[in-house]
Amino acid sequence: MDLQAILAAGKAASAAATTPAQLEDVRVEYMGKKGHLTEQLKSLGKLSPEERPQAGQLINQAKQELQEILNARRDELKDAEMNQRLEAERIDVTLAGRMNQLGGLHPVTRTIQRIEDYFGQLGFGVKQGPEVEDAFHNFDALNIPPQHPARADHDTFYFNADAMLRTHTSGVQIRTMEKQQPPLRIIAPGRVYRNDYDQTHTPMFHQVEGLMVDKNVSFAELKGILHDFLHHFFEEDLEIRFRPSFFPFTEPSAEVDVRRKDGKWLEVLGCGMVHPNVLKAVNIDPEEYTGFAFGMGVERLTMIRYGVNDLRAFFENDLRFLKQFG
Amino acid sequence: MKFSEQWLREWVNPELSTEQLAEQLSMAGLEVDGIEPVAGVFHGVVVGEVKACEQHPNADKLRVTKVDIGADELLDIVCGAANCRTGIKVAVATVGAELPGDFKIKKSKLRGEPSHGMLCSASELELSDDHDGILELPAAAPVGTDFREWLGLNDHAIEIDLTPNRADCLGIRGLAREVGVLNRIDVNVPEFAAVAATIDDQRAIHLDAADACPRYLGRVIRNINANTQAPLWLQERLRRAGVRSIDAVVDITNYVLLELGHPMHAFDLSQLHGDIHVRMAKPEEKLTLLDGQEVTLQDDVLVIADEQKAVAMAGIFGGEQTGVTTESKDIFLESAFFAPDAIMGRARRFGLHTDASHRYERGVDPELQRTAMERATALILEICGGEAGPVVEAVSVDHLPKPANINLRAERLSRVLGADIAVTDVEAILTRLGFTVAKDASGWQVQVPTYRFDIAIEEDLIEEIARVYGYNNIAAVAPTAELRMTRVEEIHLPLRAVQQVMLAQGYQEAITYSFVDPKHQAQLYPELAALTLPHPISIEMSSMRLGLWPGLVSAAGYNQKRQQQNIRLFETGLRFVPDNSAENGIAQQPMIAGVIMGTVQGEHWRDGVRAVDFYDLKGHVETLLRATGRFDEFRFVASAHTALHPGQSAAIYRGETLVGYCGALHPQFEKLFGLKGRAFVFELDLNLLRERLVPQAGVISKFPSIRRDIAILVDRQVAAGEVLESIKKIGANQLVDLNLFDVYTGENVPAESKSLAIALTLQAADRTLEDQEVNSLMEQVINALRNEFNAVLRDS
Repeated sequence: MDLQAILAAGKAASAAATTPAQLEDVRVEYMGKKGHLTEQLKSLGKLSPEERPQAGQLINQAKQELQEILNARRDELKDAEMNQRLEAERIDVTLAGRMNQLGGLHPVTRTIQRIEDYFGQLGFGVKQGPEVEDAFHNFDALNIPPQHPARADHDTFYFNADAMLRTHTSGVQIRTMEKQQPPLRIIAPGRVYRNDYDQTHTPMFHQVEGLMVDKNVSFAELKGILHDFLHHFFEEDLEIRFRPSFFPFTEPSAEVDVRRKDGKWLEVLGCGMVHPNVLKAVNIDPEEYTGFAFGMGVERLTMIRYGVNDLRAFFENDLRFLKQFG
Repeated sequence: MKFSEQWLREWVNPELSTEQLAEQLSMAGLEVDGIEPVAGVFHGVVVGEVKACEQHPNADKLRVTKVDIGADELLDIVCGAANCRTGIKVAVATVGAELPGDFKIKKSKLRGEPSHGMLCSASELELSDDHDGILELPAAAPVGTDFREWLGLNDHAIEIDLTPNRADCLGIRGLAREVGVLNRIDVNVPEFAAVAATIDDQRAIHLDAADACPRYLGRVIRNINANTQAPLWLQERLRRAGVRSIDAVVDITNYVLLELGHPMHAFDLSQLHGDIHVRMAKPEEKLTLLDGQEVTLQDDVLVIADEQKAVAMAGIFGGEQTGVTTESKDIFLESAFFAPDAIMGRARRFGLHTDASHRYERGVDPELQRTAMERATALILEICGGEAGPVVEAVSVDHLPKPANINLRAERLSRVLGADIAVTDVEAILTRLGFTVAKDASGWQVQVPTYRFDIAIEEDLIEEIARVYGYNNIAAVAPTAELRMTRVEEIHLPLRAVQQVMLAQGYQEAITYSFVDPKHQAQLYPELAALTLPHPISIEMSSMRLGLWPGLVSAAGYNQKRQQQNIRLFETGLRFVPDNSAENGIAQQPMIAGVIMGTVQGEHWRDGVRAVDFYDLKGHVETLLRATGRFDEFRFVASAHTALHPGQSAAIYRGETLVGYCGALHPQFEKLFGLKGRAFVFELDLNLLRERLVPQAGVISKFPSIRRDIAILVDRQVAAGEVLESIKKIGANQLVDLNLFDVYTGENVPAESKSLAIALTLQAADRTLEDQEVNSLMEQVINALRNEFNAVLRDS
């Protein structure tokens, strides 16, 4: 057969192959050990030495040409095969994935952590204390003597005369100051208890108490830190006022109100300069050191921040309520 | 303290609206809690006089009246009140009047008789809840005048929530003084002239407990008419202060209490035998109080006594027998100073809280007794008639409180406030507050007036200055302090990391009450005695939790009742376990606990539904334990717990220390908590999770690992965990992974046995393990399992 006819037949066979295996057969038929083109090379010996180079070149050209066609066809067939497989594996990506459920923190915890973070930036350490507390730490050391009307105002859950559920986390101040000398910067978040249950009171709630004692801590600084905190906490430039009040363990004492969007003032925390009697109770010299303390109701802050209307929702633990907070 | 704004304005009248006044008081530390009008909104009501009152011809309960309202003609008005009668002065709503509740008065006919107005009751005008008949006005009420104006009803009752230190403001006098200071205006203090004695009668007074009562004034008043009403203006002031009118004498003493802030008491003189003694009660002494309650006194309770017995609990409550009644002719009037220490807590002890005890335990002005006595005497004589004897005063000057004299240092003032207040401001504020101020080298020497008994130390003065100066006039500045880092120990696993692991496993954080239902605790923890609140909110909230399960499982039940099927809740918080070796006899341990119910993933379109089981919960716990980085230290041991299913509960140990439990809630408690289906719970001691790994990097082996699988038959009772522990011991350093990947019972396995398929992955750090070595190790493992567990190697 003449070279051109072999080449043409090879091309036609390549094009006709529909699978890589058929294509391989074509390759063997033309380029294999006994393939048509291989045979052509073998037959070169029959030609004269003058004719050989030119005839050889022609055969090699034909081989190369067919190889390229085979390669191209192979790629074509591979692509087709891959496309077919991909098409077969097509799925509906809008169906639900195998999601890992993600839980969320209780909104009260969320608020406490935000408070911890803001004060943590300023070097306030977080302190914990017992919830069943004794009279010394809950009252006496805080300048609330027995029989004092302020003590009666606390609606305390007593176990006996000397053991009670703590009515505030202020006792943690005392426990800290008993162990450490100033300078002191701490906050004490936690559960507190009052014997009161109605629309606006739950017998358990959360408080964050803060304390800073140093050589020259002042009321102006107390105002400064609380302004700063409230602006950061609510992430708005809201109006804040300090209103004189009374706490046995601070003097001067203040309650702090923020103005709501409806124009009403809402009390969010109590604070003041640590009373000299409190410092004396823990052997800190009030002439050398001054301090401020503040206490905030976590539920109140959370309600304002996230628009919670019913205080009691915090302790019902309804998943539909909790899941709104992440 | 609730009071009439009009009354206050008689004493001091700043140019402020009601709202501005309230705001000013609040911003001075006298927090205004509420402002209410003293009457409903109405107009067209005038003072009238009933000129005729006849039976209605067609209705038994109605009367037909003719009422004079100062107009040309008398009005025909039909009235149903039983107290309606000829001659009384009344409040008449005329035709065209509008009464509270959008009630318009029109001409009408009632059962055929014309009615051109209405005679009003107190409740119809929203003066009080009293709808027992129509209002009867004093005879002197001028017919035809506008009722609202005549009674001064364009007034507000202002309620102030006073802090315990400001007892000086528990009366109009003190409030007026404060308002005067804030507005820099004078107070019109009425002149209370002494009432001269017209009779000589008196009782001797003995201060037997002079430290508790250093001053006691008494006065005899004879021949009063106690069977009379206090005048309307006085009753109105009481009403606007929220005090109920009783009878003339009581109303007068209450009036003085509101006006001056000083409690008074009146005794029926005929019931007092001999001299008056102010003394401590005798142990077990009995006294019947005005409300009929008999109390047994202790010797720290101060009493007023005659020569026979205690007749009143001093400063708290009078006795029944000596109480003034409408029959009383002669009275003995008391005006005393009792020391707060002698009164504090006593009323509460007897379940009492009176206007008097409220003031005495906070303090009253020790110089006010005579003024109060004269004021009350004058009012009694004016209203009830009678003749007054001389005032007898017993006083122990040494025991009277001495108002403080305080050195106020200028340097201290500015240091505490962080603000420099001008000297002139400081002096002006203190002076206006009634303090006597003298300059000295370091600042000022300040003499406190007797009525500011709350002022004792320098800080008290600093607060007063700041308060009047205005807290909001003190600049806010950022605190300055040394920059010191807070110590954070890496070995401690932060609580937040623990919480994050739980959130990542789909748990929602719960916060449940620390006090739970004792019934739940008795069931779940029958072996422990919980700390109990003697005075809980309710029985269901009375038992301090011994663990977090009662609260969490209740919360799970609560959610199930609200159609929540898939529940994953966790909580961290203290449990309270009685323990004599702990502070205050109670171990308060921080715990973490969780509960799961329902399905693993909800209903998935591909994977279907699978109910949660023990191994889901255990997996969650294992993941949590891994957060310590020292998971190998923990092990799960089958162990019973009173709250858990005995076949599905494990104790969790760290080394030899019990960390907690996990398991299926015992099915017998499902009903107790109203659960549908299985609940799985865990609880761990957070303190025992706290220690975590501070990593030390090791060498990563460059040599290949080799996996060998074995399948063994062991008795069904053998715990897989123990098998694996045993393999670990032998595998030592070369065992880099161990996984039990199949448990099989059934065909080809004897009935009492189970087949465990276990993969061991072995690797050395320094070389490729030779087959020989691996084989020998596997042989050791198999021998050990044979010896320990009677294990038989299955043919593979």
